[in-house]
Amino acid sequence: MIRDQGLVSKIWRLAVWAVAGLFILNLIGVIAAVVVNSFATRWLGTWLPVGLTTKWYFSAWKEFQLSSVVFVTFQIVFTVVIISGILGVTTAYALARRDFPGKRLVVLLFLLPLLIPPLTYGIPLATVLYQIGLGGSFWGVVLINLVPSLPFVVLVMIPFIEQIDPRIEAAARVFGAGTGSLFLRILLPLLLPGMLAALLLVLVRTIAMFELTFLIAGPTSQTLVVSLYYAVFAAGVRAGQSIDAMAVIYMVTTLFWLILALQFVNPSQIVARAKQQPAS
Amino acid sequence: MSTPSLRTRLAARGFDGTTLLILPGLAVMLGLFIYPFFYGLADSIMPKEGAWYANYVTFFRDPFQYRTIASTLWLALPVTIVNLAFAVPIAFRVRLMTRQRLLTTILVLPITLGTVFVADGLLTFLGPQGWFNRVLVLVGLLDAPVKLTNNYWGVFASLVITGFPFAFLLTLSYVTGIDPAIEQAAATLGANARQRFTKVFLPLLVPGLAVTFCLAFVQAFAVFPSAVLLGAPAGPTRVISIAAYQAAFEQYDHSLGTAIAMIMGAVELVVVLAVLGARSMFYRGPTGGTKG
Repeated sequence: MIRDQGLVSKIWRLAVWAVAGLFILNLIGVIAAVVVNSFATRWLGTWLPVGLTTKWYFSAWKEFQLSSVVFVTFQIVFTVVIISGILGVTTAYALARRDFPGKRLVVLLFLLPLLIPPLTYGIPLATVLYQIGLGGSFWGVVLINLVPSLPFVVLVMIPFIEQIDPRIEAAARVFGAGTGSLFLRILLPLLLPGMLAALLLVLVRTIAMFELTFLIAGPTSQTLVVSLYYAVFAAGVRAGQSIDAMAVIYMVTTLFWLILALQFVNPSQIVARAKQQPAS
Repeated sequence: MSTPSLRTRLAARGFDGTTLLILPGLAVMLGLFIYPFFYGLADSIMPKEGAWYANYVTFFRDPFQYRTIASTLWLALPVTIVNLAFAVPIAFRVRLMTRQRLLTTILVLPITLGTVFVADGLLTFLGPQGWFNRVLVLVGLLDAPVKLTNNYWGVFASLVITGFPFAFLLTLSYVTGIDPAIEQAAATLGANARQRFTKVFLPLLVPGLAVTFCLAFVQAFAVFPSAVLLGAPAGPTRVISIAAYQAAFEQYDHSLGTAIAMIMGAVELVVVLAVLGARSMFYRGPTGGTKG
């Protein structure tokens, strides 16, 4: 690797690292502020709270009815993951294996929801869902969350399927595998790592998806992040520590899946399809 | 001469049983994305009262409404530029690191935690008694704590906290995609660090940076929860998504709400197209060094 040894480039290097370090320090400060406050007995005008307690977790769990909110959140999130997984993988398979007229248009259709702000398509979609009576319901929340998650699965899976050699499938056919056993015994094991990665990423994104869920969720179909928003929005009604305890519970549920997902994917894949490393 | 069967002719063009597998996914997208879009477009030109364009007139006549475009851009554009300006040099440094995993894992945290959590954290962190103000007072940069929440800067900070890692990780994936042999060739031919960056890397990076700018801009432009929680949602940070939400779900005028959502999409599209149009004026080609 090329390294310049001049004074100017040394200063420049130092400045770049300093900025990066400052950013990370602030980031950790923001997260730590929430965690520390959730354990604080009283924290006013001092560096650290007066004393530590875990009582806010119990009061938050009761006040915000978190047992039902967490249950609903996982119901919604897993339903979204299963539906977008099944539909996304089949769609991605067809798009990866076949070239047909209009394919570019279909791919564009799957790209658009990721390029348009959620509220722009969320408000018309929520209006439609309210008019067919799905407003505030479980399935309304599931349907609105499919719009970003299905394309996400498709776009993650297309390059993954493309790199599986189609001759493997042809060979299985030659040896007499039917469509069912071809899928179960050849494709599924090959696709599993990619599917796992894609679905875990959808899981993490759906838990954190605020805007769309917020538009449609009713009292019985709120996810954790929407409840958190309402709690912060009405800050002052409840103790700040209680709200932060809820935020920590939300953080732990997200981080659990994030850490699981990071076993299979590179962090940069969470924002973008990772670039293929140049061959050799 | 017999013509091949319809099935054979379709298969030759790429339509067979496998192609049909796209139908379920396509149906969902048509039903949940395309149909609501056109429904919304039609809904927005059927206002509660007045001519078909009445909603758009309402929006552009009322300063409380049309100023949201400016206040959204006034947040989203500077934030995107700042995020990208910091992301590029840091990505260039990190590219040389052998163990990037810890750094990228830390940076992916705010993206996965989302804006609501970050807004909640910033309310404490940036508050008058928060650690940020305390450190600045302690170091002597400030005499008294400054107000950083419930105004423009609170929203700005939240967009930097979530937006910078996003821009950085995208930029990093583009930067590492450039063949290091190209830089070595430039260095062998006597280019110094500045020349290597401006003459070699930058032209190769422009397409990727344009895409990164667009994606980061879309995120910042769509700012909603943090503008409410951390900003002044009735004043300077009344962004266009707040206007759309209030019209649709607080005044129950879904016709006006969708009209504002359409305006929001159009404004964003103008910026994205301008950036992508500017990109086409630069070099487009392979970033690998090997022969094609």
